[in-house]
Amino acid sequence: MNPFIEIITQPDNIAIVIMVFMVTFFMVWAFQQAFQNDRLLAAGLPVDGENDRFVDTFKPLVRIELIIAIVVMVGLTIWSIAVDAPLEEIANPTITPNPAKAPWYFLGLQELLVYFDPWLAGVVLPSLIVVGLLAIPYIDINPKGNGYYTFSERKYAVIIFSFGFFVLWLLLIVIGVFFRGPGWLWYWPWQEWDHSRVVFEPTRDLTALIGIDSRSLPGFIIGALVVGSYMVGGMIAPYRYWKKNNPELLTQLGMVRYVTIVFLFITMMAIPIKMVLRLVFLIKYVWITPWFSV
Amino acid sequence: MKSLNDITGSVKKNLIWKSIFRRDYRNTVRDRAQAVFGNVFLHLHPVQVRESAVKLRFTWGMGGITFFAFIILVITGVVLMFYYHPSIDQAYTDIKDLEFQVPFGVILRNLHRWGAHFMVIVVMIHMFRVFMTGSYKAPRQFNWGIGVILLVMTFLLSFTGYLTPWDQLGFWAITVGTNMGAATPLLGYQGPFSEYLHITPYNDVRFALLGGAQVGGNALLRSYIWHCVAIPLFATILMFVHFWRVRKDGGISKPQK
Repeated sequence: MNPFIEIITQPDNIAIVIMVFMVTFFMVWAFQQAFQNDRLLAAGLPVDGENDRFVDTFKPLVRIELIIAIVVMVGLTIWSIAVDAPLEEIANPTITPNPAKAPWYFLGLQELLVYFDPWLAGVVLPSLIVVGLLAIPYIDINPKGNGYYTFSERKYAVIIFSFGFFVLWLLLIVIGVFFRGPGWLWYWPWQEWDHSRVVFEPTRDLTALIGIDSRSLPGFIIGALVVGSYMVGGMIAPYRYWKKNNPELLTQLGMVRYVTIVFLFITMMAIPIKMVLRLVFLIKYVWITPWFSV
Repeated sequence: MKSLNDITGSVKKNLIWKSIFRRDYRNTVRDRAQAVFGNVFLHLHPVQVRESAVKLRFTWGMGGITFFAFIILVITGVVLMFYYHPSIDQAYTDIKDLEFQVPFGVILRNLHRWGAHFMVIVVMIHMFRVFMTGSYKAPRQFNWGIGVILLVMTFLLSFTGYLTPWDQLGFWAITVGTNMGAATPLLGYQGPFSEYLHITPYNDVRFALLGGAQVGGNALLRSYIWHCVAIPLFATILMFVHFWRVRKDGGISKPQK
């Protein structure tokens, strides 16, 4: 059988196929409503739902809840009749499957292990995702776009969230499920998984590019300078930009909010940057210290 | 020959019926309100809601679907518990029994597993909807936070359930997952700076998660208790708060300009 068909029809992976369709559908629906409201806003008209009347809970709302419940129940029942949950061999600590994959919703994080050490990919970054999500209502001080779909009134918020959600979270999950095979190597859908395949990809550290051993003291200092200037420069650059173009925004944000937003943003952007460094320039570490490596 | 109305009329006059349904329903404003606040399950709702709450295009019903998925999982989960022992000698054969011995055992397990995948999917879409409508903005900031914790709870519920069949899939998924705990800065034995706290494989975060230095009987018991008791309890309490705050913060969000 075609390897791609084989992978997407594995019982557990059917859920991911369903997820891809559902997420795409709701993404399109959300943005379609956002653009529709944007046109209404531009024309000075009330947005969808602004002139809502009140309706009785019993029965209009109760009715629709019942219908949804029945549809979900029927859907899940059909799914459960059609596809059987997998049960593999009994657990055996002496036989390691290759690849050993985490549950599908954590595969984005497992994919990050290619680019970061486990303390970052498995602990610090996931914690920062949760912290960042919790922080959203307190750092987004834009009063507009409250209670209706819109893009034009909150472009940055929507773009940043969508990038994190669709690319860094969902796309990486899809890659981890469908494109990673034995040895966590990349397999295209038309490629057969090959357990004896070895890819010799000599990675190097950033300072090796200029001929300095990354584990030497000069290598350590240069690495520290690169990481430090990314963090400090990333902290200062938006400040200077806004100071010049939108000083009012800085006053409204205040110091704590500004630092939180920029820290979360540059940390998030460090992920695609490190991915490019690793995939294009074959760089493993930017900075090596005796305690940890970045 | 009695008509249908006569029969329903006499049923409704019956003492037992009257003790259950305290008043007749006449489709008046008062009775429609009474139907909601006189019912313990429906009184979660206000008596009247904004049209947006009824139109699918605004909420997509995603929060409600997530809650419904949770209910399905609790019910199928409780039934599964009747057939399951959380010990490494019996867990796997119990699942095999579900497959070959228990009536409808296969479909029961399938419903629980697919329901779990489904809940993870819809809870993420719910978060996306709430973000896209800006519904986390004042006065709903706190409830967004509760929602984020509930999202994490959903992941953890699914994750802890992964090990319970005690097959290769679950065993290695949990091994991969909990190995991350060993990399925790300061508190995991492979994590940065842990040597200063004298952290070893026998006293770190991973050990606490697994109840041992590797995935074994204790890990199975721990994941079972987390999965069936501790996290559902905690998540249920948070759901109370979540739903309560939806009401207290003014119901389904409406355009505020």
